[in-house]
Amino acid sequence: MRIEGKGLIDRAVPVRFRFDGVDYQGFKGDTLASALLANGVKLVGRSFKYHRPRGVLTAGSEEPNALVEIIEDRQQTPNVRATVQEIFDGLEAKSQNRWPSLGFDVLAVNDLAAPFLSAGFYYKTFMWPRALWERLYEPVIRRAAGLGSLSGRHDEADYEKAYAFCDLLVIGAGPAGLAAALQAARAGADVILADEHPVMGGRLLADTGAMDGKPAADWAAAALAELGAMPNVRLMPRTTVTGVYDGGTYGALERVGLHLPARPDLPRECFWRIVAGQAVLAAGAQERMIAFADNDRPGIMTASAIRTYLNRYGVAPGKRITIFANNDSARQTARDLMAAGVEVAAIIDVRADAPVAEDCPVYAGAVVVGTKGRKALRSITVLHRGAEIEVETDCLGVSGGWNPLVHLTCHMNGRPVWDAGIAAFLPKPGMVPGMRVAGAAAGEFSTAGCLASGSAMAREAMKALGRKAAPITLPTAEDGSYELLPLWEVKGKRRAWLDFANDVTIKDVRLSAQENFASVEHMKRYTTQGMAPDQGKNSNMGALAVLADATGRGIPETGTTTFRPPFSPVSIAAMGAGGRAEGFAPQRFLTSHTASVERGAPMIEAGMWYRPSYFPRPGESTWREACDREVAMVRSAVGVADVSTLGKIDIQGKDAARFLDLVYTNTFSTLPVGRVRYGLMLRADGHVLDDGTTARLGDTHFLMTTTTAAAGLVMRHLEFVAQAYCADWDVRIISVTENWAQFAVAGPKAKPLLDTITTVDLPFMGCAPVQVGQVAARLFRISFSGEQGYEIAVPARYGEALFRDLLARAETLGGGAYGMEALNVLRIEKGFITHAEIHGRTTAFDIGMEKMVSAKKDCIGKGAAARPGLVGPQRDQLVGLRPVTDAALSAGAHLFNPGEEVCRANDQGYVTSVCYSPTLGGSLGLAFLRNGRARHGEMVRLVDHLRKIDLLCEVCDPVFHDKEGVKLRG
Amino acid sequence: MGPVTSVAPFAGQDGALAAALAPLAFPAPNSISSDGAARLVWTARGQAFLIGAAPGDWGQFAALTDQSDGWACLTLSGSGAAEVLSRLVPLDLRAMAVGSGARSSLGHMAMILIRGADGFEIMVFRSMARTAWHELEAAMKMRAARQVC
Repeated sequence: MRIEGKGLIDRAVPVRFRFDGVDYQGFKGDTLASALLANGVKLVGRSFKYHRPRGVLTAGSEEPNALVEIIEDRQQTPNVRATVQEIFDGLEAKSQNRWPSLGFDVLAVNDLAAPFLSAGFYYKTFMWPRALWERLYEPVIRRAAGLGSLSGRHDEADYEKAYAFCDLLVIGAGPAGLAAALQAARAGADVILADEHPVMGGRLLADTGAMDGKPAADWAAAALAELGAMPNVRLMPRTTVTGVYDGGTYGALERVGLHLPARPDLPRECFWRIVAGQAVLAAGAQERMIAFADNDRPGIMTASAIRTYLNRYGVAPGKRITIFANNDSARQTARDLMAAGVEVAAIIDVRADAPVAEDCPVYAGAVVVGTKGRKALRSITVLHRGAEIEVETDCLGVSGGWNPLVHLTCHMNGRPVWDAGIAAFLPKPGMVPGMRVAGAAAGEFSTAGCLASGSAMAREAMKALGRKAAPITLPTAEDGSYELLPLWEVKGKRRAWLDFANDVTIKDVRLSAQENFASVEHMKRYTTQGMAPDQGKNSNMGALAVLADATGRGIPETGTTTFRPPFSPVSIAAMGAGGRAEGFAPQRFLTSHTASVERGAPMIEAGMWYRPSYFPRPGESTWREACDREVAMVRSAVGVADVSTLGKIDIQGKDAARFLDLVYTNTFSTLPVGRVRYGLMLRADGHVLDDGTTARLGDTHFLMTTTTAAAGLVMRHLEFVAQAYCADWDVRIISVTENWAQFAVAGPKAKPLLDTITTVDLPFMGCAPVQVGQVAARLFRISFSGEQGYEIAVPARYGEALFRDLLARAETLGGGAYGMEALNVLRIEKGFITHAEIHGRTTAFDIGMEKMVSAKKDCIGKGAAARPGLVGPQRDQLVGLRPVTDAALSAGAHLFNPGEEVCRANDQGYVTSVCYSPTLGGSLGLAFLRNGRARHGEMVRLVDHLRKIDLLCEVCDPVFHDKEGVKLRG
Repeated sequence: MGPVTSVAPFAGQDGALAAALAPLAFPAPNSISSDGAARLVWTARGQAFLIGAAPGDWGQFAALTDQSDGWACLTLSGSGAAEVLSRLVPLDLRAMAVGSGARSSLGHMAMILIRGADGFEIMVFRSMARTAWHELEAAMKMRAARQVC
């Protein structure tokens, strides 16, 4: 029900929205919750487990009940808090966790089965038969219990991530936060003021107190106007600081477009990382509930929420409202309601000596012992002086006191301290370096106290930043005291809710204690209390008070569970902004990319690189046809492939050769200028890190080549070795991978092709600078195919031109381009390894290269590689495999001895690479086999459970093609 | 941008290199030394990039490596440049002095950043130029859409 003349909404701007298919009208400035309450809608959702009808409980981001789905064309966002979602024209929201409708929910039958659904129900009931868990129990439970649903589509909307830096971050823009921001801003500090609400001011907007004799909201507006006009202040409304991290870094979620109709490029949310020199936490406090019988009916809410709806949104959430409280603060709700002409049926005050001043029935020393009304509250039962009184009411405001919002102070593992005076946990100084707590978050509940502490904490922060700040003049404001009589539960037979969002009752917590899940962390997990979207903001205090009572300990001894980020839910889409699909990692494109795509090559990802898979020709319908042709082309004529993705590292200095001798197992100091050598590199633990070739360009100048996969890894390794082990050596290393485009030219006609562009004649494993036209290029005679092969490198700007030119020349010789598939087949035929073989768990011994570990010098990993267990017949050693029939091998399959049971204990090894070899006319594989080098000629059984392959293979040498290396030497 | 050459002084050659570089000076971290079109930009521990001029005959004092084809350079200028870059760069760009430089990241890409008088020069690996362009464009579009709010 809307109250004329009240609220900060813009009544000149009506807003149309839909909830559960019904059109409603609200006003600009309304949340979905306030607009629904204004329209008399009380039932907004069904509870998680028992499907109990639920209404709005709060007016803030802590809301546990009013969780809805927001429906858009291509989006369906579940678990949106109606108390946070602002309405806009065309907003469509839907209640969740109900079927077929909110009013009639079939699974409400769960509520009748409540005696069987107590804490630990799943653990006790669904233990056996085990097979039914995945097939029956879990799907059924997931369907029955749960929150909203997703659209099933990718979230293709825009999200942002951003960084911000400031001297002082002020978290929360209520009286304490505004005072802190004003104090720091006037001192000239660079200030960010962040607040989760669309309009800043905190409780100054929701309460009716005066400041300097004028409405508090006016003072807040003036303060914000001053701050907004200052160049050293950034106001961040709709921004929730969600986490505290090392080094003064804060995570914050900004709602950017969620309160507006979607439009192109407007991000829905922005995830901020704010680095602040100092911070003032002025997050305020949150009113807590009291657990009493059936305290979860629609129409029951916190007393302060009623005040917020009335004063900020001009909405009375009921026609005949009652208040149930254990403290003074809730009285203001009753007074504000009566002043606005709303009937207050009664005030029920727990305290026997409570003041009786209001113009309505006040029951001192009374408690609420029951409620009635299935889909909306109808009446409550009050126990007063031993008698039960029935009070007709459609809205009950409850206040069990206030919890300072200490969450952020605990994110670096600090623990808050119990304050018996206010029956709440308070932060202690120094829990987060550089963060101070002001206002209600520090237990300062009066407006005057908040202003003073905000100003004081900001001055302390200025001092820490080395700035002078004279105290600012603060307005006069309410300075009352806060008195309460702690009351957590009203004992009774019927269920009394603690955690509304996860349907946890007092009985569940007591059962947990009884079954010896008595530590607060165990109770949380056993009952699921505090594990819902509100993360226990509404229930943690109550639950641990009940647990303390049940276990006979005090609240401080019981302690709290761990507060972890985020303070309120953060969408994964915001944290991963820009990272969906191709945005996941940078895309790296070869200079030949366009030329390859023009030839119809499907581009596949190799790390971040896009490389041509194969180059289809007309008439070829499968990749295999193209691949087989390309392999045959290289073996019989000439092929050209872009190998620019291989890592290239320029190494210079007087100690460059010595450095290479240290990082490679074999010797490079003996390599003559103009020659290339294959090298093997180990990790410090003795396993193979990478392999590649290194060319000696000059006496003190080398060019190392790494594999594509390990280019970054090797660069990092070299940097580490150079800085950590060889700091005084004269060696300088830098990556030149990006600077050069490099192409492999391989095949018996490679030399004739090269003869058309250069006159240089290189021996096998030679290198030389060459001129290609006007371009200074580098030529290497190396081969990864087993054929006579060259690699020619030019500055990247000439890469595309050279690639096209080489292809044209190759085509005149019966050759052409070959892709990754053919490249892989060529190297398997030749028994060359890749990271499929040097996968991090294999040693030089395993791959048959132990002789490459020089006996004459030390190298990184040499000692570790000689450890017992890393050499010998028990090792899985590299072998070749050929199937006995014409079946295809499979990579990832495991090997067994024929006749032995196929089980883990009998495992003899595994297959790493396979291909169909057009050269040899059959399937080939590389594998690691227990003591494999001694077993050439034996039969092994290959079993692939995944692909249902089971066949016999013959073990052979891993080099299938041209074992003597006649072809590559020309 | 002109040619790009990495300059890494050999052990014990700092003084000799400094004499050869003059009037350019080997830059301190996050700084740039300029002489007309030639700029020497700090890029790493013991390493700077000479941009805009060919290196002199300094080979005995420092490892010189041609990087001209390895880097793509984008310029982002205008009053909103720092705000756009704050979506992708984890540095306080407002505090970055004109004429200073930094090694940082642009999204997930390694970057050399130079603060010029009217904007930023952003150097990324050549192969990643398309991603850099795309990410900057997306950040600019989102900023523009926000300003209509």
